Amino acid sequence: MTWILLKLLRALVTMGLVLTFVFFVLRLSGDPTLVLLPDDVDQATREFYRAKWGLDAPLWEQYTSYLRALLQGDFGISFRNNIDAFQVVWDRVPKTALLGGTAIAIALLIGMPLGVLAAVYRDSWLDRTVMSIAVFGFSMPNFFLGILLILIFSLKLRVLPSSGSGTWAHLIMPAATLGTGFAAQIARYTRSSMIDVLSKPYMRTARSKGAGLTRRVSQHALPNASVPVVTILGIKVGEMLGWAVVTETVFAWPGIGRLLTSAVASRDLAVVQCIMILLAFTMVAANMVVDLVYGWLDPRVRVGARAQA
Amino acid sequence: MTALLRAEDLRKSYQVGRGGLFRRARRFNAVDGVSLTLNRGETLGVVGESGCGKSTLSRLVLGLSPHDSGEITFDGAPLPDEGSDDWRHLRRRMQLVYQDAAGALDPRQSIGTQIAEPLKIHNLPPERAEQALADVGLPQAMAARHPHELSGGQLQRVVIARALTLEPELMVMDEPVSALDVSIQAQIVNLIQDLQQARGMAYLFVSHDLSIVHHVADRVAVMYLGQVVEEAPKAAFYTRALHPYSKALLAAVPVPDPATRGRAAPRIGDPPNPAAPPTGCRFHPRCPHATEQCRVEAPALRDFGGRRAACHRIEELSQ
Repeated sequence: MTWILLKLLRALVTMGLVLTFVFFVLRLSGDPTLVLLPDDVDQATREFYRAKWGLDAPLWEQYTSYLRALLQGDFGISFRNNIDAFQVVWDRVPKTALLGGTAIAIALLIGMPLGVLAAVYRDSWLDRTVMSIAVFGFSMPNFFLGILLILIFSLKLRVLPSSGSGTWAHLIMPAATLGTGFAAQIARYTRSSMIDVLSKPYMRTARSKGAGLTRRVSQHALPNASVPVVTILGIKVGEMLGWAVVTETVFAWPGIGRLLTSAVASRDLAVVQCIMILLAFTMVAANMVVDLVYGWLDPRVRVGARAQA
Repeated sequence: MTALLRAEDLRKSYQVGRGGLFRRARRFNAVDGVSLTLNRGETLGVVGESGCGKSTLSRLVLGLSPHDSGEITFDGAPLPDEGSDDWRHLRRRMQLVYQDAAGALDPRQSIGTQIAEPLKIHNLPPERAEQALADVGLPQAMAARHPHELSGGQLQRVVIARALTLEPELMVMDEPVSALDVSIQAQIVNLIQDLQQARGMAYLFVSHDLSIVHHVADRVAVMYLGQVVEEAPKAAFYTRALHPYSKALLAAVPVPDPATRGRAAPRIGDPPNPAAPPTGCRFHPRCPHATEQCRVEAPALRDFGGRRAACHRIEELSQ
């Protein structure tokens, strides 16, 4: 139990650092009233909105009142449309979750089998082909791949919509764009992890017991090789959220990423802060889930946790 | 009676490094013309320095890696190709136990699952797993544990139990106790011997430790740089080894007797590079009795009074 509490505490510290950093950087980056209000408003109106949004108080006071509100679950008001910032952000979450989830599924379903095949048939033409595709996959910049796909499937072939999120057809290209790079990385990690496990003595003894290739891979090699891959996946979830911003912008996908770019551009401080907290929370949560899954995958870790408790 | 296992002029070489544009890849003959036989219920001890090809030999006779040339027969029939039905069926009859017990077990699976796995593969009754655990002297409760929760000696017992489930006729033991504490070594050696008595298995017992081989083997084969240089019944070997290399090995065994402290083993230096073995008799650079003939001509393994040795000068040296 102590182990879990310690992890939670560490997560809280991380979150606290993130929101403090975001708060101050945003305040230092300029006066929101300059961006949000028309250029020709008089000074009195400007001061009125400053006071309304609490920007007239000293920075330190702004920070403490922000923290106080946050502890009560109040993320502030969106400057742009005057409603609860959390509501603005929360409305976009399902879209990003759908996009990210599909991309992760693509990464795992394509990346892991390819990595396993490449490792099992190491140094064969299959291995070389898979690894060449993987290098291509993760060297390809996200935005470029997205534009390329739009060019081919929307403009030339006219089979897929280039933007929006109404139907399943809308999901295909953004998810493929976001998932390809990760599939390539997962394939590489799976391959090297599998190669490592395949050389372990218990793989040889499995052979001497008469276990066929399928059994050796599915019962012994893959479960052991998946441990480091899962760890990496947890880190990649955070990275993926970063790339989601780019992908959502390219495909006009109405998720968190696009909201973030527009909120930053218009200095909608409360929304940006809310998104950053949410992203930090997602990363922290992903890492905790990985820790728990790790314990389930690797019995040695489980015992380590028990010993610490 | 046909021998259980027979190897005839067995050879296996490995590539050393990569070949370049102007350079052929060097090959190193890990096993270079080895012939030996093993009868049912018998233990053949294979000894030699590290790098002499003992472990390669054990993999070859199990059919776990293909040999380049020569012949291996098991129970009168040549070893089938790996992956064939015959090969898979043969797994039930020959099993492997080797030094790294911790590495030989999957860290993610419970002991019970791993001991039962061979039975599952070969569609055999799962009760044998419990029996095997009892046979190696481990409590049934051990089945629920994971490998990292066991000691080295317990792990080796588990590995032996897993091999026993298939009731093999041949067990290849590649340094089965070398990684264990001396006190545990004795327990495992005794276990290995008890199991042989109860089940009549034949052991190919590979070790660098001459005192343990003395304890378990019926016959001893000495390997040097991929070749057998002497093979003899245990008693004959330990009372009077013929080959100068065997003598040097025996002299290097520490004697637990303070009175013999002054008697230092003759220093014969490090073994030569196995990738570039010496000409003639491979032992000649380290042999105190080497002659011009030894430098040029490789000695054959010859019968000599119920034993075999590969030395030009056995007749004189055995005087």
